[in-house]
Amino acid sequence: MDIFDTFLNAEVFLRTWPLLIQGLWVTVQLGAASIVAGLVLGLIVSMIRLYGPVPLRLLARLYIDIFRSIPLLVLLIIVYYALPFVGLRLSPFASAMTALTLVSGAYTAEIFRAGIEAIPGGQFEASAALGLSHRQTMVDVILPQAVKIVIPPLTNNSINVVKDTALASVVAMPDLLKQATQAQALAANPTPLIGAAVIYIAVLWPLVALVSRMERRFGARSR
Amino acid sequence: MPAFVSIRNLRKSYGTFEALRGIDLEIEKGEVVCVVGPSGSGKSTLIRCINRLESFSKESEIRVDDIAVVPGRTLAKVRAEVGMVFQSFNLFPHLTVRENVMLAPRRVRGTSRADAASQADRLLARVGISEQADKYPEYLSGGQQQRVAIARALAMEPQVMLFDEPTSALDPEMVGEVLDVMRDLAGTGVTMIVVTHEMGFAAQVADRVIFMDGGEVIETGPPGQVLSAPREPRTKNFLSAVLNH
Ligand SMILES: Nc1ncnc2c1ncn2[C@@H]1O[C@H](COP(=O)(O)OP(=O)(O)OP(=O)(O)O)[C@@H](O)[C@H]1O
Ligand SMILES: [Mg+2]
Repeated sequence: MDIFDTFLNAEVFLRTWPLLIQGLWVTVQLGAASIVAGLVLGLIVSMIRLYGPVPLRLLARLYIDIFRSIPLLVLLIIVYYALPFVGLRLSPFASAMTALTLVSGAYTAEIFRAGIEAIPGGQFEASAALGLSHRQTMVDVILPQAVKIVIPPLTNNSINVVKDTALASVVAMPDLLKQATQAQALAANPTPLIGAAVIYIAVLWPLVALVSRMERRFGARSR
Repeated sequence: MPAFVSIRNLRKSYGTFEALRGIDLEIEKGEVVCVVGPSGSGKSTLIRCINRLESFSKESEIRVDDIAVVPGRTLAKVRAEVGMVFQSFNLFPHLTVRENVMLAPRRVRGTSRADAASQADRLLARVGISEQADKYPEYLSGGQQQRVAIARALAMEPQVMLFDEPTSALDPEMVGEVLDVMRDLAGTGVTMIVVTHEMGFAAQVADRVIFMDGGEVIETGPPGQVLSAPREPRTKNFLSAVLNH
């Protein structure tokens, strides 16, 4: 059999294309939901980590370190297969989103912390001297400046989250990879897998390029 | 009637190092006080205690307009009365010059956008930089940035202005424009506490000069006395070192 018929079979591709698109849609939903939830979680955790009372600060650190250490696949399997033993049964989507959010939140917290710590102390002092509250200082002075610093690493993290959604196929999520493997089994041909790979690249490459551009631009501007 | 700014037995330590070793100071409303002294003598630490950018020992007491400078709710009242200008300007780089001046009145006082903007434009005219109102700070010269910082502090209509070496980070040709603004301000009756190495400014503008060394006030009096006829040997040494640098 010819290599094109095996890996780039047009007839198989057209037949399985709708499945792949369905899978892509699930992947995008799962990725977007986890990214947004991870951002919110990360921002809250970074605030606690920096400004909370000491015991909470330690807890935040513990959370950050643990969830940056645990392999996502292990966490996902624990959430989906182990939690039901204590009566907590989550849907595949909820399980995958929980695992992705917990890990993304840990990375995001560290990104925000680094961004905030990169703001010169004089900005905090000037705000305090003007009578701004801590909250106003954060919202009006510190975070708007930190955003510029954190956007490239946050985009990087988002790329990782979207890539990691592929792991959700192990908990029977009908995501892009799962649909592709199923289509491959049905068609007895690996073309859908190649199709899935191409779709992942097509979705993420622009983001990767964007990060490189932002890093170059912000790098040049901050001088 | 206590003095407008009243400092009693002010002590401050960093670990075991005593940066301030018991300062007593009474400053009247409208008085212009210049603080001079060698590097590391505690000048910055002293004025940063007044709006509590630095914490200080429990046995010490600072009152501004009869409000105790202690952590908690009243600190906001103190900070509303005390403006500060830093050596390194510390303008907000993500806001335009006008927005820098508007931020605190809008957020702290709840002033409307329109009122804050017209107040900002008045203040910017007063410090001579109306044309730059829509620019971002990074496009201004050091002298212009420092004048914006003064306008920003004045926007909260403070009773007391603290200056920590406001001209030390400036190129020599820009020192004058900032000192001019400060001189005008001194004429308006605002109480000013100015840490400076500009002896000419201190001699001309100050009502009183305070010489500090080793975390203590060594000598205090009118500029004609402290700067021209100092009594203390340490003051004499410092002045001869500054004047012959
Ligand atoms: N955060 C800090 N930690 C430890 N020591 C400090 C700290 N800040 C200031 N000091 C010390 O306290 C002393 C007084 O410092 P301060 O900045 O008030 O001096 P200064 O008179 O303003 O000097 P300069 O003219 O150099 O600005 C110095 O010896 C300094 O090293
Ligand atoms: Mg100093």
